Amino acid sequence: MEPAPVYLDNNATTRCDPKVVEAMIPFFSEQFGNASSMHAFGAEVGGALAKARKQLQALLGAEFDHEIIYTSGGTEADNMAIMSALETQGDRDEIVTSAVEHPAVLSLVAHLEKTGRAKVHIIGVDAKGRLDMEAYRKALGPKTAIVSIMWANNETGTIFPVEQLAELAHQAGALFHTDAVQAAGKIPIDMATNEIDMLSLSGHKLHGPKGIGALYARKGTRLRPLIRGGHQERGRRAGTENAPAIIGLGKAAELAMEHMADEQTRVAGLRDRLEKGLLQQIGNSFVTGDPDNRLPNTANVAFEYIEGEAILLLMNRQGIAASSGSACTSGSLEPSHVLRAMNVPYTAAHGAIRFSFSRENGDADVDRVLEVMPEIIGKLREMSPFWRERDNQAFNPTYA
Amino acid sequence: MWEYSEKVKDYFFNPKNSGVLEGADGVGDVGAISCGDALRLMIKVDPETQIITDARFQTFGCGSAIASSSALTELIIGKTIEEAMKISNQDIADFLGGLPPEKMHCSVMGYEALQAAVANYRGEEWVDDHEEGALICKCFGIDEGMIERTVRSNGLTSVDEITNYTKAGGGCSTCAEGIEGVLERVNAEMVAEGLLAAEKAFVPGVVPRKVKEKKVVRTDAAAKAPLTTLQKIKIIEQTLEEIRPSLQRDGGDCELVDVEGNRVIVKLTGACVGCHLSSATIEGVQARLVEAVGVPLIVIPAAPVH
Ligand SMILES: Cc1ncc(COP(=O)(O)O)c(C=O)c1O
Ligand code: FES
Repeated sequence: MEPAPVYLDNNATTRCDPKVVEAMIPFFSEQFGNASSMHAFGAEVGGALAKARKQLQALLGAEFDHEIIYTSGGTEADNMAIMSALETQGDRDEIVTSAVEHPAVLSLVAHLEKTGRAKVHIIGVDAKGRLDMEAYRKALGPKTAIVSIMWANNETGTIFPVEQLAELAHQAGALFHTDAVQAAGKIPIDMATNEIDMLSLSGHKLHGPKGIGALYARKGTRLRPLIRGGHQERGRRAGTENAPAIIGLGKAAELAMEHMADEQTRVAGLRDRLEKGLLQQIGNSFVTGDPDNRLPNTANVAFEYIEGEAILLLMNRQGIAASSGSACTSGSLEPSHVLRAMNVPYTAAHGAIRFSFSRENGDADVDRVLEVMPEIIGKLREMSPFWRERDNQAFNPTYA
Repeated sequence: MWEYSEKVKDYFFNPKNSGVLEGADGVGDVGAISCGDALRLMIKVDPETQIITDARFQTFGCGSAIASSSALTELIIGKTIEEAMKISNQDIADFLGGLPPEKMHCSVMGYEALQAAVANYRGEEWVDDHEEGALICKCFGIDEGMIERTVRSNGLTSVDEITNYTKAGGGCSTCAEGIEGVLERVNAEMVAEGLLAAEKAFVPGVVPRKVKEKKVVRTDAAAKAPLTTLQKIKIIEQTLEEIRPSLQRDGGDCELVDVEGNRVIVKLTGACVGCHLSSATIEGVQARLVEAVGVPLIVIPAAPVH
């Protein structure tokens, strides 16, 4: 019998929970009305949308439900937060962000800088992926419009002290936004007790549907819509509500709260057992990121002298799904910008594999990975010109 | 997920000739761990006949790097050095049933390793002049280095010119922003080096908008009458003849095999075969034929014989 497939790529996307799908289904063909319409069809949907908003509000611990603005996903929420901050503060045109943000932030700020619309300060991280606090403090100033620093990193799971960072940003009079796409649903978030102004999240990372996300904007935060048109979302995000997806996201938020404790304990336990087992069985490998401050579900393990895509292909053949920040998987020549920012040596950065768990994983998944990984790594290392010669640098390329 | 051909997968999962070749006569090392791929090719050569009697490889790299290395050893074993030196990176890619555009550099690495190993065997030094950058145009597999060289050596200052010289941007055109970025940087460098007048340099955002030519709508009765099959085939043949020279310039070719109703069956040959661009080529041919014949047509490549 073929062993069951093992899905350990939950930071890329999660399986939509069947309970979420069930909640969504009626809103396609039965309760299909437009919430803005003046008839019973619309009213039904309006009620369900209001409930979904409450569910998401609860996950975030937000004080008001109107602090939530639905978007097409994490990327749009990130874009909206940054663009809005620039537009509402004509006297401030600087952005402070980190070197390990998702492209949803980094590509945007690079574009803004290039087109002369903002000055960007990119704060580096140390070998464990922790923010350079000294540089952060220095970058803040009277021109800072917005700070955008992720709550948790998608590749290593490293958690940033966003609540403290927000306080520092406010001392400089700047807005603080956090990309919580990876944090939401995995670790507790309580917006009522912090100073964060804006927060992005995405449905498909917490067993909800794809193509839906939200921007939380604290009451009183000045906003400018990214997408203009109708009056939906109180004029802050135009376009007829994606009712099934919003309702699905609400259900997903509710389920995430139910499973929060499981994520912190059992899921974290699976992750730890996998890491320990891999390091025990496979030499020249190490865990990247900050072991003391990270998501319970993420393990990023670097295997030296081999390349990530090759590892993934062999894993895939064994029915195991994970991901790698290697250059080859993304089609660029550089390995992951996150690992490079952490100064992970090239010998290892290309061979870093991210295993990301969810509540749907169990012990059998860990057993299976531990069973096949040593052979996969061994096979590729045997083929690598660097492996046998790792101690003497005999490999002598005519160009580098 | 990359779309690798079955052959690439096979050569990756079951690589032939991997490992160290004891007592190799020539060793070629190319690539570096920092670049994400590196290859050591080891060859044994019969001094009498100059035939490569054995070859092995060690590769650090992705699936297609390993498959390309293995394919290379298969291609050269049994050939004389002279014959082997004629193998191009395209031959390696073809042998594998094609590589995705982002992965063509893997076949280039194989080609270079062979040059390096032979140089080493002959006691010469092999100097690499190859330089690559990020892949800019996926349709035509053009990287940053290629665009930069072309811009510099021809003093180009517009995206259209780059498209004319390198083809980059001539397909789906989604890479226009990437091309503009390279052009802006290289032109600025050229101005700084005194190679280009500042007012000539490309400035982003002021690209003159091309006025679309209005399609001439033929209203004469003759154009409306349905074509006979013979007429249709004639027009198709004529149009293909017009297209062929540009394909031949790239070492490829396209021949008409058959026409069945609205299905036009063609045979791609030369560099077009197994080229990842073959689908782009087919699309281009189809667009031209539809325009010429004036009815919807589907162009289908005849199954390649390998
Ligand atoms: C940290 C982070 N931010 C943003 C995104 C983008 O979210 P979405 O896919 O919903 O646009 C992702 C997911 O890819 C992510 O991991
Ligand atoms: S990617 Fe360059 S034309 Fe399509």
